[in-house]
Amino acid sequence: MKLPDDKSAGSSGMMPASAVPDERETGLPLLRTWRAVYTCVLVVFAVWIGLLIALSRMFS
Amino acid sequence: MNALDYVVLLGTILGIALYGMWRTRGRHNLDSYLRGSGDSRWFVVGLSVMATQASAVTFLSTPGQGFASGLGFIQIYFGMPIALIIIAAVFLPIYRRLNVITAYEYLGRRFDTKSRLLGAEIFLLQRGMGAGITIYAPAIVLSTVFGWRLDATIICSGLVVIAYTVSGGSDAVNVTQKYQIGVIFAGMIAACVVLVNKLPAGLGVHDALTLAGGMHKLQAVNFSTDPRERYTLWSGVLGATFLMLAYFGTDQSQVQRYISGASLRESRLGLMFNAVFKIPMQFFILSLGVLLFLFYQFEKPPVYFNQVEWKHRAERGDAGRLQAIETDFTAAHDRERQQLGVWLAARRAGNSAAEAAARAAVSAAHEQVEAVRTQAEMAVDPTGKKKDTDYVFITFILDYLPHGIIGLLVATFFAAALSAKAAELNALGSATTVDFYRHVIRPQASDAHYLAASKWFTVFWGLVSISFALSATLAENLIQAVNIIGSIFYPVMLGLFVVGFFLRRIGGTAVFWGALATQVLIIAFYFCLNISYLWYNLIGCAACVLFSILLQAALGTIARPAKT
Repeated sequence: MKLPDDKSAGSSGMMPASAVPDERETGLPLLRTWRAVYTCVLVVFAVWIGLLIALSRMFS
Repeated sequence: MNALDYVVLLGTILGIALYGMWRTRGRHNLDSYLRGSGDSRWFVVGLSVMATQASAVTFLSTPGQGFASGLGFIQIYFGMPIALIIIAAVFLPIYRRLNVITAYEYLGRRFDTKSRLLGAEIFLLQRGMGAGITIYAPAIVLSTVFGWRLDATIICSGLVVIAYTVSGGSDAVNVTQKYQIGVIFAGMIAACVVLVNKLPAGLGVHDALTLAGGMHKLQAVNFSTDPRERYTLWSGVLGATFLMLAYFGTDQSQVQRYISGASLRESRLGLMFNAVFKIPMQFFILSLGVLLFLFYQFEKPPVYFNQVEWKHRAERGDAGRLQAIETDFTAAHDRERQQLGVWLAARRAGNSAAEAAARAAVSAAHEQVEAVRTQAEMAVDPTGKKKDTDYVFITFILDYLPHGIIGLLVATFFAAALSAKAAELNALGSATTVDFYRHVIRPQASDAHYLAASKWFTVFWGLVSISFALSATLAENLIQAVNIIGSIFYPVMLGLFVVGFFLRRIGGTAVFWGALATQVLIIAFYFCLNISYLWYNLIGCAACVLFSILLQAALGTIARPAKT
């Protein structure tokens, strides 16, 4: 059984970033774009991996 | 547990539950029951996502994992920041734009009904089983604390969780989770403070790290490229990224949490909160396990932590054999403790030759301790399926923590169980109602009818999860069992969404049969291939994409490019 809404969107759901107002602004003081937020998260992640590698090597 | 513990336990758990019900009174229309009222700020979204993932299993079983295997398990979380960034950038805007209640509605709109139902079925199947483990974990706590039968404990605690979830709905889940996670953090920090204070006087931080490292408990990152090794840097960064992408991006229990944010910004920041803080949080919990390991080098632990099971076995006629094992264990542990003293003395004297010799002696003594422990495990369960490590943390809590803190820690496990279970049952009830009942069986009923149906489906899934928990004799540590089950089913679900998001020319029929073929492949891999389960996520998602492309080409009906 297939209801009408099933293909109503008819797309992958992708849309340009500019179409959604709060998609561009983060509202954060230093990290104003989402790209900056994601970069910051990746840097924090890299620091964590580095610290864990250092811990593993220092006390192995 | 004494009266003070019960006051803390009942006051905390019932207080939060009653507060949640009071705060959400009168809000029970269908939309808020399934999706929440949509006014959650990023901090609430973030804590809700965290509380949903961190069930009682996390706080009960992960310290045991740290006790037995050290910090290596943390590598499973290496995929999380990457996955959450992809979800925040790609998945989330689509879910919000389409205003879906369940993630599988997207599949229906992008492909067709059969793909939507396949996604929903996979979710229901694996989450239904996962929910069984969520009940199983606190049941272990209760059976140990009270000496109850495990099956009776599973049934009773499961029924309590069902009652709480059915009355609450999604809004109440959000409201209560932030307080429950507060109790969880308070309990774990209290346990850590007590544990550090109970380490031997004079054992400095560097000594502790040296001892733990010397006994291979601080090997947090493993660079091995052997695919059979379960947790490595590569399986964590590559395989686990796909596991986390599937869990956070396509599992309704998580999607339901972050789409409840007041805006895209609030939902995204909630996800980024988890991307930043999840690894340190898991590091802290695993470190508790390593601290427990150190503590039990100086204090004699029971040879078998699940003392209820141990006593049952002794009563069934094995008392003499178990007594002999306990005597051997005491002797082996005494030898190890003695050698540890020699090692520390050599370290402090700066005698590196003596230190190396003492370290080797400690390793040999530790192997003897582990050999006796293995004998004990085999004496209790000759099949070797029962894992004792899940009982390590609760044994420490009951034996060494002061009254009041014991109640807080038991409340921690309950808070974690309730928060995760409520979200799971809420999601299972939502997906069954929205994707099956309203979409296929009864499309034209009123909201009041669907609200009632959703509550009944929530009860149904609660009973299914209890049944699964009753039949589960897990061969794995609990926290690993959850991830293994997920890794068998998630790759297909993720494959469906990846094809939907990124391959516009693939149609519903190709992706449906491609997904089914992939599920068969992953189940075959599980039984035939000796590789880390984390790799199933990467292989399965890639296979689903590949099969879908090949099938679409074979069908010869390339769909028109989708419009944006």
